[in-house]
Amino acid sequence: MSTGSFVHIVDTTLRDGSHAVSHEFTAAQVTAIAGGLDDAGVEYIEISHGDGLAGSSYNYGWSTTSEEELLKAASKVIKKGKLTVLLLPGIGTVDDLKMAAGCGAKVVRVATHVTEADIGEQHIGIAKKMGLMAVGFLMMCHMVPPEKVVEQAKLFESYGADYINVADSAGAMLPEDVKARVGAVVEAVKVPVGFHAHNNLTLATANSLVAVEVGATFLDAVCRGLGAGGGNTQIEALVGVLDKAGYQTGVDFYNVMDVAEKLVEPIMHRPQVVRNAPFMLGYAGVYSSFLLHTYRAAEKFQLDPRDILVELGRRRMVGGQEDMIVDVAYQLAQA
Amino acid sequence: MNKVKVAVIGPGNIGSDLMYKILRSQNLEMALMTGVIESEGIRRAQGLGIPTSIEGIEAVLAEDDIRIVFDATGAKPHLRHAPLLKAAGKIAIDLTPAAVGPYVVPCVNLEKVKAEPNLNMVTCGGQATVPIAYAISRVAGARYAEIVSCIASKSAGPGTRQNIDEFTQTTAKALEVVAGAQKGKAIIILNPAEPPIMMTNTVYVQVEEMDEQTIRASVAEMVREIQTYVPGYQLRVPPLIDGDKVTTIIQVEGAGDFLPKYSGNLDIITSASVATAEKLARQMLSEEEMSA
Repeated sequence: MSTGSFVHIVDTTLRDGSHAVSHEFTAAQVTAIAGGLDDAGVEYIEISHGDGLAGSSYNYGWSTTSEEELLKAASKVIKKGKLTVLLLPGIGTVDDLKMAAGCGAKVVRVATHVTEADIGEQHIGIAKKMGLMAVGFLMMCHMVPPEKVVEQAKLFESYGADYINVADSAGAMLPEDVKARVGAVVEAVKVPVGFHAHNNLTLATANSLVAVEVGATFLDAVCRGLGAGGGNTQIEALVGVLDKAGYQTGVDFYNVMDVAEKLVEPIMHRPQVVRNAPFMLGYAGVYSSFLLHTYRAAEKFQLDPRDILVELGRRRMVGGQEDMIVDVAYQLAQA
Repeated sequence: MNKVKVAVIGPGNIGSDLMYKILRSQNLEMALMTGVIESEGIRRAQGLGIPTSIEGIEAVLAEDDIRIVFDATGAKPHLRHAPLLKAAGKIAIDLTPAAVGPYVVPCVNLEKVKAEPNLNMVTCGGQATVPIAYAISRVAGARYAEIVSCIASKSAGPGTRQNIDEFTQTTAKALEVVAGAQKGKAIIILNPAEPPIMMTNTVYVQVEEMDEQTIRASVAEMVREIQTYVPGYQLRVPPLIDGDKVTTIIQVEGAGDFLPKYSGNLDIITSASVATAEKLARQMLSEEEMSA
């Protein structure tokens, strides 16, 4: 254990958590939560539609408040931290990135499926030219062996990414999977490495700890675990666990607990409990944000959501293919 | 029957697939395959007995009786080729993102733009989804059209990958300009599954007036029309109604001419290009017959 070493915390309550509130965050909520997180010393505060900039759509769900308005609200209250956005090439474009930078974003995380880093080269390059910090974010890393994650991480590094984030977007990894993938990337690249967990198998905090033990220095987390599927690593728990394990985060433990309990918990649509379907996401290796769309399709076509999820996993659907939930439900209902 | 002589510039994967489709055509004669270096594509054309050149556009300009030219190079070369072809009186069918001329989706707007000297083939996703959005908008109006195209990773070339924004922006614009939606949005997803997945496209339209029967009939008619030039074009999920939202999912299996069957995304753009050229050629031939 590297006692005393520093772990950068990226709060993504207002991005991944957006899925869990069906993209209904208001400017007032964003002001309160982003301000609270900034006061608590959280270094990176990510705000976007759950599927990244310009995710507001039929396919992923409509934002009730525009990203522009939310980013402007956050920008006013973030003093010490860095306003961060997520961009998925194929959904968001450079124009959306320019809008975000105009609203005060300082960091962009460019997220691609773990085998497709090259579709993010353009966005990393332009972000760097704009003077932003740019992160290469590899989604669904459980689907490929560590060598493939390394190959794609190196691509992002070659494009100029400031750090590489390994994401377990389906919450499907066991600690040994995290150790193999994050460890291999840490060995292979010169830039820092981060980890993004989902709690579908109830391993988010444990997996995050494993990631720092093998050299990750950035961790994603959210207040009360509020995120897609079974949610993400719970920030207040993570800060406590890292403190107990001897790592520094610069985050005030009590303050961040207060943000979670006083500001985030009251606006949650439901407790972030790992019910059967979110557990099945992790078990079947399905993208976490498919969850609520799957519940809706299951109801419409009178199916068991677990059957839909297992079929999506069997078809090896990747992040962003929310439209295929209806396809699967329709085909299952015809059978 | 008389045929119209055509050339293909750019003997890569797209150019080669075009060549095989042109060889099957009743109205088009594959008169020239041209590139800028000796390549596998040039040798492939030679092997089929087709005249070839590595003089690029110059070889096309030297042949007076070549009347339609497919450009399968890139945006930058096409910007150079377009005025030269126009000055030479040749029709350009542009498969690059240059978009010098208007967008054409043959089953939707070819009649409107057929007099133009330069026709742009939009994007693969545009060729697959604009007809469906149009089929709905023509009978129900479209306040908004959104499409999600998912293609096999193996079928996405470096051009698409290095400028993926170009796909989303161009396709969104074609949903407005060609399909008639008041606002368009496009999303593209690459899926690396093995064996490679077939191209799937989801089209969501927010309609002005909901009439399920009419919408379903209009979409079915459009699917039959596209199948005349893309036999592997299939409805996976017929129009589903949810309030004022219509969701339709289609799949495109390629013909497997030169590209593998999973490359339905490339097949639909080469098929649409050849279908466009065939219509233009038939018109040229019938006009000549009449004046003869």
